[in-house]
Amino acid sequence: MKDWPLYEIFIRSKAGLHHRHVGSLHAADDEMAIENARDVYCRRMEGVSIWAIKSSQIIANDPDEGEELFEPAENKIYRHPTFYDLPDVLKHM
Amino acid sequence: MEASMEQKFQEKIDNDIRIEPKDWMPEKYRKTLIRQISQHAHSEIVGMLPEGNWITRAPNLRRKVALLAKVQDEAGHGLYLYSACETLGIERTELIDQLHTGKAKYSSIFNYPTLTWADMGTIGWLVDGAAIMNQVPLCRCSYGPYARAMVRVCKEESFHQRQGYELLLTLSKGTPEQKEMLQESVNRWWWPALMMFGPNDADSPHTAQSMAWKIKRFTNDELRQRFVDMCVEQAEILGVSLPDPDLKWNEERGHYDFGEINWDEFWNVVRGNGPCNKDRINTRVKAHENGQWVRDAASAYAKKQSEKKSVSVA
Ligand SMILES: [Fe+2]
Ligand SMILES: [Fe+2]
Repeated sequence: MKDWPLYEIFIRSKAGLHHRHVGSLHAADDEMAIENARDVYCRRMEGVSIWAIKSSQIIANDPDEGEELFEPAENKIYRHPTFYDLPDVLKHM
Repeated sequence: MEASMEQKFQEKIDNDIRIEPKDWMPEKYRKTLIRQISQHAHSEIVGMLPEGNWITRAPNLRRKVALLAKVQDEAGHGLYLYSACETLGIERTELIDQLHTGKAKYSSIFNYPTLTWADMGTIGWLVDGAAIMNQVPLCRCSYGPYARAMVRVCKEESFHQRQGYELLLTLSKGTPEQKEMLQESVNRWWWPALMMFGPNDADSPHTAQSMAWKIKRFTNDELRQRFVDMCVEQAEILGVSLPDPDLKWNEERGHYDFGEINWDEFWNVVRGNGPCNKDRINTRVKAHENGQWVRDAASAYAKKQSEKKSVSVA
């Protein structure tokens, strides 16, 4: 098992919803990753679709630089609908 | 630097912001979690053994599929927890090694033998019941992957407790021999179940730090008291007595008083001298070794497949 890669598992719980990260597992190959994900994360019909990807393939931002990364969005309140003043009489907008 | 990081970390915890794998965390927080989550994972895995003992002897198919499904769930719980633990930077093989060499502990309850069929019910009722009491607050644990794994676990535990209680309820309406078997089983499991909550608060030196880090939300004694209060009524419905002459309602406290736990027994089992400690570890090691050829075959197959693929691409 030492050289079995770690896979991250994503499950779509029903048609129309996003795949959601549920956890991870080790598998010898891609096929086994899907089969194990079925047994580990879908014993009670929790899913209709499984995505598995090797954890090493995931590219993530550095959490220590999270603040700078997201900073550009922080002061742009004009991107939100509530920024705009409209009279109360106006309905459905 | 370190001090200010630690302060920022504590502020996050105080504001109920979850800690995620790549976030900075104090080394002691990481170590504490690795110890706790791996112990928890090992408990799920070793916890399959006492019940596995009865699968082939279940009295009918309905009970057999339920027991099989429960034991399979416990394997799943172990896997959720191992993978949560690995996010803290420790390898699965190392964790399993720690279990097999006795370096890591697991819940002492699984070092008691399952002598009768009634034990399958009592384990569901009391052992899974105590586990649920411990696990529900862990769904709000400060470490994200652990908390999320616990949500999944808790969803499944409810079936474990209910199938056990239903089994006992059936025995309680059975022949005098069945009723006797039920009572005898409860007598044996009651005290070990209370020990599952760990030492008294006064003897639990790590509790304060774990509470400050929101790994733990309630103390051992708080959870144990809740468990006792809950069980008294459930025992009445089964028509069994709980083996504690000191158990009685305390109007003033609004809780049941109960007798002193035999801590010598508790520590004795923790130290490896319980009735089944050696047997459990030997069984685990043997299962792991006997599974070596399966792991080897899977690796060989994966290698062959990927070679085939690269040939056809070329
Ligand atoms: Fe479990
Ligand atoms: Fe369980």
